[in-house]
Amino acid sequence: MSADIPLSAQLINLCASVILLLAFAMLAQRRVMQLINLFALQGLVLCLSTLVVAVTTQQHHLYYSAGLTLALKALLLPWILHRLVRKLYVKWDVESLVNVPTTMLVGVVLVMIAFNVAQPISILSQTISRGTLGIALAVVMLAFLMMITRTKAIPQVVGFLAMENGLFLAATSATYGMPMVVELGIALDVLVGVIILGVFFFQIRDQFDSLDIRHMERLKDN
Amino acid sequence: MPILYSIDLLLVAACAWLAVGLAGLVAPRNMHLVAKVLFPVGAAIGLAAGLEALFFLGEAPETAVLVIGLPTLPFHLRLDSLTAVFVVLLGFASFGISIYAAGYFRQGEGASPGLLCLEYHFFLASMLMVLLADDAYAFMVAWEGMALSSFFLVTTDHRHEAIRRAGYLYLLIAHVGAIAILLSFGVMTGGAGDYTFAGMRAQELPPFWASAAFLLALVGFGAKAGLVPVHVWLPEAHPAAPSPVSAMMSGVMLKTAIYGLLRVSFDLVGTPLWWWGVVAMAIGLVTALFGVLYSTVQSDMKRLLAYSSIENIGLLAVGIGLALIFHAYRMETLAALAMTAVLYHCLAHAGFKSLLFLCTGSVLHATKERSLGKLGGLIHHMPWVAWLALLGVVASAGLPPLSGFVSEWLLLQAFLFSPGLPHSWLNMVVPVAAAVVALVAALAGFAMVKFHGIIFLGQMREPNLIHAHDAGPWERAGLVWLAFLTVLLGVLPSTVIGLIDAATQQLLGTGLAGKVAEHGWAMLAPISPDRASYMPLVFLATIAAAVLLGRWLVRRFYHGRLRRSDAWDCGYFFQGPRAQDTAEGFSQPIRRIFEPMFRMERHFPTVRDEQPYYSVKVEDHFWHWLYLPVARLVEWFSGLIVRVQGGRIAVYLLYSFLTLILLLLVARP
Repeated sequence: MSADIPLSAQLINLCASVILLLAFAMLAQRRVMQLINLFALQGLVLCLSTLVVAVTTQQHHLYYSAGLTLALKALLLPWILHRLVRKLYVKWDVESLVNVPTTMLVGVVLVMIAFNVAQPISILSQTISRGTLGIALAVVMLAFLMMITRTKAIPQVVGFLAMENGLFLAATSATYGMPMVVELGIALDVLVGVIILGVFFFQIRDQFDSLDIRHMERLKDN
Repeated sequence: MPILYSIDLLLVAACAWLAVGLAGLVAPRNMHLVAKVLFPVGAAIGLAAGLEALFFLGEAPETAVLVIGLPTLPFHLRLDSLTAVFVVLLGFASFGISIYAAGYFRQGEGASPGLLCLEYHFFLASMLMVLLADDAYAFMVAWEGMALSSFFLVTTDHRHEAIRRAGYLYLLIAHVGAIAILLSFGVMTGGAGDYTFAGMRAQELPPFWASAAFLLALVGFGAKAGLVPVHVWLPEAHPAAPSPVSAMMSGVMLKTAIYGLLRVSFDLVGTPLWWWGVVAMAIGLVTALFGVLYSTVQSDMKRLLAYSSIENIGLLAVGIGLALIFHAYRMETLAALAMTAVLYHCLAHAGFKSLLFLCTGSVLHATKERSLGKLGGLIHHMPWVAWLALLGVVASAGLPPLSGFVSEWLLLQAFLFSPGLPHSWLNMVVPVAAAVVALVAALAGFAMVKFHGIIFLGQMREPNLIHAHDAGPWERAGLVWLAFLTVLLGVLPSTVIGLIDAATQQLLGTGLAGKVAEHGWAMLAPISPDRASYMPLVFLATIAAAVLLGRWLVRRFYHGRLRRSDAWDCGYFFQGPRAQDTAEGFSQPIRRIFEPMFRMERHFPTVRDEQPYYSVKVEDHFWHWLYLPVARLVEWFSGLIVRVQGGRIAVYLLYSFLTLILLLLVARP
């Protein structure tokens, strides 16, 4: 770290790298409960990073964003998912389509692509947290990768939510967050989405006696 | 300076048709309102529009700009003599058909009456707008409106699987055609971006692009008119539609395609090349011969008429081709002769084919039967329909003194002048074409004898035909009007040519009116009376005299006795209706002689059959040569695309993921 970077920026960068680390951890995690905990932790760090940005820049709406993130992504959604897992009784290991080392390697490549792509944009940006844009993009891609490699429904939903975390980070780092209305809208969307998916889980399990989405291959139109 | 120009009045007519159609929605289930008020009002609007256009003929073109449409793209409209001729056709034919429809539609047949009324009048209004349009945008909007409204009319009785299939086929080919027309317009703008017809006229296209525009227009309008090989929708859609709709489609809608072809090839695209005419003529000849041969072997009365329409469209294309050839060689008088034949045949066909389709509607209502094999002897129970159908049949067969004869005679006259063409190869080929046209005319006569003879003459083939009743007063009025037009076009050719000559003048710069007028209204001599002349009234008088003389002689030498006997019993003692010649039997010689032209599946009874039966199924070669291979190709290609849809969510996610990464990499600043 060079000395001319202020403390706040260093803190933000620290938070962002923890988020990236957590994203990799989620990619490697086989157990559903641990996965959800990791997701909750990611939400917590995201909240912290937003708080740091808010304190540094005195952007008031970022406080609300941080609060919303804490309430929704660190507490409410993990709680809903925990309940779902207990009710559906799907605590066991998660199989993935590709083995973990390969996934990690692909993830590393994705991070490189993300940094490469984000570099020209972060040069244009004037925000204090602009350095984290590449990380945010990498988090989005890693979450996407997790959705692709998992075969069970709940990890896919976690991947979807983690992707939203990455988008949120990107928004904070590039422009100090989206307008409040948009953020509220997205938060509501995510909440409703998880509830609807929860209902779907029960339907899928009733139909196929399993939450393995490979069963849904049968649904295609012949 | 008139307050209202003719074009304004025609616009009012189009709006009035729309209003009548919308009025049908006020009480969609009220049959009485729709049938006895709205359809007659629509008919009156048609007559008014026809008369307005008739009086307009020969006047200077009028233009109008309509502020509807897109913000910087208003509708341009133009009324000139060519448009007026076709508006006369639309107005007068729709008058008869609407009057007939007032008595035809019954409760509980397919769509609700109000909806039918809306679709029908929207169809009429959009056809009028097609004729009036003066830019590609307005034209295409009206053209699509026409296609869609007629699609819904065809599928009125959509509960039948076959009718839905026919409607789908119609819509599919209509859209293939519309794409070709749009491309043709695009080529004619010459890249200038001006989609008004005036802009297209101003373009001087190089021969290659002009030819491309003409060929695209031929394909596009040919798909609507029913030229081979894009004719397959016609024999499916016409029988599926209710009879007034079939009449409207066959009599009027096909003519809008002819109008479009004339508009493009003689007005918009510039000077034609001679080989365009050869292409149009060759396609026309194939279409005419194909249509008439298939029409002779049909067993469904509406399919028979539909194939006969294909034949007539073929003859029109031959006439257009001939006019193009003469026009390209600057032989304008002869081009005018061929053009007059085309326009005359459009009018004639609109009259007699609508009449015949409406007659099949009456027969259908009276007997619930479309198959010729179950009809027969209806002249006793339906004298009005039978005698009026006879007029249509005679005109359709091209016999004097009715309308069909005049146009076919004019066409053959134009052929007889073709040795004057400065092209030795054409000189050899064109007489062959004339021979084919003559063959087509003769076979059309055969098909019409079959149509009339099997339905109305002989004995009843089914016992329940005894309950058949004649057409009601509204239906009779519509039929009489169309029959009146057919007779009028037959006996007053010189007068009619004098009227439609304005359109010929507009397209070719010269006309026949001067020469025709020299000999008065009773004698038609298009080029000079030394070469050929035709006096319809003399024909009429001769025929009447021969009939009366024959009748008198029979009465005189047969002692005035009248003996009724079973028809066609050939002198046998016992002869049931089943022993009559059937529709299939009647056309058997044609099937034999032209065997390679048909794709037949025949089943002959053998000695050992427990239940012997004979069946013959005639199919269209083009299904197997063109349409099924194309369909298989599309299916194979779709099979490749379906592989993308593997059903695995992971793979679907991967698609979006790869797309995302690709876009990020491509869109890098």
